[in-house]
Amino acid sequence: MKFDTPAKANPIDKGRVVGIPHDRIDGAAKVTGTAPYAYERHDAAPNAAYGWIVGSAIAKGRIAAMDLRAAEAAPGVLGIVTHANAGKLTKGNMNTAHLLGGPQIEHFEQAVALVVADTLENARAAAALVHIDYTPESGKFDLAAEAIRGVVPPDSFGTPADTSAGDFDGAFSRAAVKLEQRYTTPDHSHAMMEPHASIAAWNGDKLTLWTSNQMIAWTVGDVARTLGIPKANVRLISPYIGGGFGAKLFLRADALLAALGARQVGRPVKVALARPQIPNNTTHRPATIQRIRIGADRDGVIDAIAHEVWSGDLPGGSAETAAAQTRLLYRGANRMTAHRLTTLNLPEGNAMRAPGEAVGLLALEVAMDELAEMCGVDPVELRIRNDVQFDPEAGPQRPFSSRKLVECLRAGADRFGWNRRIPKPGQVRDGRWLVGMGMASAFRNNLAGKSGARIGIDAQGRVVVETDMTDIGTGSYTIIAQTAAEMLGVPLEQVTVRLGDSRFPVSAGSGGQWGANSSTAGVYAAAMALRAKLAEAAGYPVDAAGFEDGLIRNGNESRKLAALAGDTGLWAEDSMEYGDLDKRYAQATFGAHFCEVGVDTDTAEVRIRRMGGAFAAGRILNPKSARSQVIGAMTMGAGAALMEALDVDTRFGFFVNHDMAEYLVPVHADIPQQDVLFIDELDDKSSPMKAKGVGELGICGAGAAVANAIYNAAGLRVRDYPITIDKLLRAQMA
Amino acid sequence: MKSFTYERAASVEAAAKAAASVQGARFIAGGTNLIDLMKLQIETPTHLVDVNHLGLDRIERTTEGGLRIGALVRNTDLAADKTVRRDYAVLSRALVAGASGQLRNKATTGGNLLQRTRCPYFYDTRMPCNKRKPGTGCGAMEGMSRSLAILGVSDACIAQHPSDMAVAMRLLDAQVDTMDADGVARSIPIADFYLLPGDTPNRETVLKQGELITSVTLPKPVGGTHVYRKVRDRASYAFALVSVGAIFGEDGTARFAFGGIGARPWRTQAADAAAPHGARAVTDAVLADARTTPHNDFKKPLVERILASLYRQQEERA
Repeated sequence: MKFDTPAKANPIDKGRVVGIPHDRIDGAAKVTGTAPYAYERHDAAPNAAYGWIVGSAIAKGRIAAMDLRAAEAAPGVLGIVTHANAGKLTKGNMNTAHLLGGPQIEHFEQAVALVVADTLENARAAAALVHIDYTPESGKFDLAAEAIRGVVPPDSFGTPADTSAGDFDGAFSRAAVKLEQRYTTPDHSHAMMEPHASIAAWNGDKLTLWTSNQMIAWTVGDVARTLGIPKANVRLISPYIGGGFGAKLFLRADALLAALGARQVGRPVKVALARPQIPNNTTHRPATIQRIRIGADRDGVIDAIAHEVWSGDLPGGSAETAAAQTRLLYRGANRMTAHRLTTLNLPEGNAMRAPGEAVGLLALEVAMDELAEMCGVDPVELRIRNDVQFDPEAGPQRPFSSRKLVECLRAGADRFGWNRRIPKPGQVRDGRWLVGMGMASAFRNNLAGKSGARIGIDAQGRVVVETDMTDIGTGSYTIIAQTAAEMLGVPLEQVTVRLGDSRFPVSAGSGGQWGANSSTAGVYAAAMALRAKLAEAAGYPVDAAGFEDGLIRNGNESRKLAALAGDTGLWAEDSMEYGDLDKRYAQATFGAHFCEVGVDTDTAEVRIRRMGGAFAAGRILNPKSARSQVIGAMTMGAGAALMEALDVDTRFGFFVNHDMAEYLVPVHADIPQQDVLFIDELDDKSSPMKAKGVGELGICGAGAAVANAIYNAAGLRVRDYPITIDKLLRAQMA
Repeated sequence: MKSFTYERAASVEAAAKAAASVQGARFIAGGTNLIDLMKLQIETPTHLVDVNHLGLDRIERTTEGGLRIGALVRNTDLAADKTVRRDYAVLSRALVAGASGQLRNKATTGGNLLQRTRCPYFYDTRMPCNKRKPGTGCGAMEGMSRSLAILGVSDACIAQHPSDMAVAMRLLDAQVDTMDADGVARSIPIADFYLLPGDTPNRETVLKQGELITSVTLPKPVGGTHVYRKVRDRASYAFALVSVGAIFGEDGTARFAFGGIGARPWRTQAADAAAPHGARAVTDAVLADARTTPHNDFKKPLVERILASLYRQQEERA
C-alpha cells in the first residue's frame, strides 16, 4: 500500500480502540517475569556455553602478541575466538569500528577475544588469563583540541551537513540585539536496563540468534555481511527488549561473538556484556561543542540565526546533528547551520534517543532564554513571536504537515502556572532554597518508513499479527493490537501480536521515534488487505463493508468473521510505503517543557520540584504508553541537564566512569511530579494513522527547561553540561 | 571471578584462625562490596570465610552507658534502632544517606567500615593504581579526580574513603573491637583504625590477617544536636562529594567529621577546637593541609558552604 496523498476518513478514526489508554498487553508477562529476554532462552537453546568478551586495554594501536595458553588450560574452557581464528569478517554496514578487533585496535574495550567455557565464572576467570602485548599508538581523544580539524561530514539520513538561506552574516551584523554563545554537551551512555545480550546456535550453516535488538532486518543484513553467509541463513529473534535508546539499533559484539563462539565450540553460546564493558565497547551519544548566534529586533523577532556544531568520531563515523532543529523551529529569513566532524579515537559515537535534537535543544533553548532576557520578553512569548508555519529554509511553499507549537506553549504555560514566574533571577526564596522556573520548546523531527505486517484471523475469530517490529519498552505490542482490533472490529483481547522475529514481514523497527506510526501503518495496510479478503469471502463490496463486533456488515446483512475465516483461517500481508509527502511538507513533532527547580543557597545542589509539558504529535495511539514515553524522556532530559556525562581520560582514551555507580542517571528521588498534556492533533500527511512519533519528543528541550529554571532560581548560567555542583560553585565565585 | 574455596565459620575464634591460616583468605559478611570487587578481579581471594552465622548481630548497652553494635548488625537495623536514633542520631542519619534500601539490608556494620574506595582507576584493572596493584602508579592524580580526596592524600594515592557510616562512627569516637587468630581481643579507637595511604595505599587499616571485627562500641551519648549533611550529584544513591557529620553542643562547642574529602573518614582536633568561631574557622582548620586537583578543588568551598549552612540551621534552632 502506498501513502502518497493525505489521509481521508478511515477506520482508525472510529477511535473505538485506538486512542484509548489501554494497559500494555504484555505488561503482566513482564512484571511476572514470564516474558523471556534473550539471555534467558534456555528453553530454546539448552546446553548453551558461556562466552566472556575480552576488551582491548588500549585505545589505538596493534596487538603485538596474544598468549592464550593459560586461558585455554583454565578449567572449563571450550574455545577462544580471536581475530586469528575467526575467519574473514566483513564489517557491517551500520558499524563504524570492527566488532572483533585485532591485530589493529580501533578503540578501548573493543572486543579482541571471546573466551567460551562451561560456566560464566569459568569463562570470566579464563578471560583474565588471556595475555596480550600491545603496541600502542597515540590517538586523538580531546574534542576541544581536535574540533578545529573538523571537516564537513557526509549527509545524514538524506540531509546535508550544512544549510543556509538568505544572508546570515549581513543580517546578524545589522541586528539590534545580538546573541552569541558557546555551549558544550558531553558524551552520553544509553544506560538501558538490559545489557546487550545474545544466544547463538548453529544448525549446519544456519544461524539462530536470540538477541536484544531494535532493528531486526538491519541486523540480519549485517550478521550475514559480517559472516559472509546468505541472509536467508540468519534468523534473529528479539521479542522482548529491556530498553535500547539506540544502543541496540545495530549488530553489536555480543551477537557476533556469540555466533563465532558457537561455531567454534559446536554448541550454543550465550554472551552478555558486563555493565562496566558497555560504555567503552558499544556506541554512545557523542559530545558536542555548539556555537549559536541569533540576531533579533528589540522585540525579540529573529531575523538571523546560526547554529554550528562540532563533534568527533572514529574514521568513517558520523556527526552529531545537533543543529537539525534550528533549521525548522524558528523564523528568520537569514540563517545557516553547519556540522563539522573531527576524528577521535574514542569508542564509536552513534545514535542515542533523539540524536541531534536532544543535545541541540540543550543549546538552542538556553540561547532563546538568554535572548528573551536581552530583549525583556517573556520566554514563552518570545517563542510564540518566532513561530513559523513553514520550513523557514525552504519558504512558504513547504508548510508543516501540522504544527501546534504555539498551542503547546500556551496550554503548557497555563497548566504549569507560568504566569507566577518572576523574570528577574534570584527573587524567590523557600527556606534555604532559591526557586525558579524555566521553559523550553520541544521539537523532534518526524520520520516514517516502509513497514510490513501480516495479519490473520482463525475460525474462533482470533486475530494474529506478525511483524518484525520490536517493542523496546515503548508499547509496540499494545498499539499494534489496538490497530488490528480497530481495523477488524474485534475486541482487543482477541488479538495476539508476535514481534521481533526475522521470519515475520520487515517493519520499520524501533528508532528515531518512527516506530509507532510506521509499524501501525504497516498493520493498517495488512489489515486493509485482510478486510478485502473477508469482504470477498462474504460476497460484499469491500468499500461498503463495515467491521464491528466480530462481524462484517453490508447494509442490514452481516457475517461472522470467524465463519468466513474457516478452518484454514484467512491471512493477508502488506506493507505501507511512502511517497513524497515528507518532501512537500515538513513533518515534525512539537511541545513545550516547563520546570521548577530549587537551588540550595549554600551548596548549589539542584532539586527539580515540578516538570510539566504539553505535546502535539499527531494522533496519540495510546495515551497511557505515550505518557510513559514522555515522562521517561523528560527524566532522561533531567539527567542530561544535571548529571549524565561520560568522563574522557584523554591520556588513555577511554570513558573512565564506565559503570552505573559513577555514570549517574536520575533516581526516583530526583524526579518529582511530571505532568503531561497531549494537544489534540491529527496529521493527515504522516500516515493513515494520522499519528507521529512521540518516543523521543519528551527528551527534546527537557534539559534546557531545567537549565533555564536554574538560571531563574539562582542567576547562574552554566553552558557546559551537565550542570553539576562544581560548575555552579565556580560560576557563583567567578 | 577466580575460583575460591569457602567455609562457614562456626565461631569467632575459628573464623579468625581460618582466615589467618590460608594465604589470601577474606571474611565475607554482606558481600555488597567484596563480591562486586571479586567479579571485577580487583579482589581475588583464594578462600572466603563466611561469618554471617556467628551471631554478632545484637545491639546492647555497655556497662559504661555506651552501645555495643555487633559487627553483623545490618545497616538497616542499625539505622532503625531506637537507641541509635535517640542517642546517636548522626549515625542513623549517615546510614540512611548511604547506598540504597536493598544494599543497607545486606550491608553490615563491620563490612561498611571496610568498604573500599570508589576511585574509577581502582575499578579498572587495566589502569595504573597503587592501591590495587602497588607500584603501578596513580591513574587518578593526572586523570579524572573530581570525586577524590583532598585530605590525607599522598603522591601514591588520592582515593577517597566512601563510607557514610564510618564518618558518623569517627564523629562518635567509636572503638572497633576485634579478635585475632590467637584468640586475642583488642579495641582500636577509630581514630587509629584507618591508615593514611603514604607509600602503601594498599594497606588501609591496622587489622592483621585473620583479625575479625566483632563489634563496634560507642561511648556513652554526648547529647547535642546531631546532623549529617551529604552533598552529592543526585538526590539519592550516590557517593558523597562532601559530607559533614556534626554534633552541636548547647555551649557553642561542636565536633565535626567529614566524608568524601579524606583518604579516611576525616576529623581533626583543630577543627573541633575552632567550632566556637564559626564555619570559616572550622573550614580553615580542617582544610589547612588540603591538596586539590583542578577537578576536585571545588570541594574546599563546598566544605565551607555546608558548614555555613549547618551553623545557620543551628542558630535557627536556638
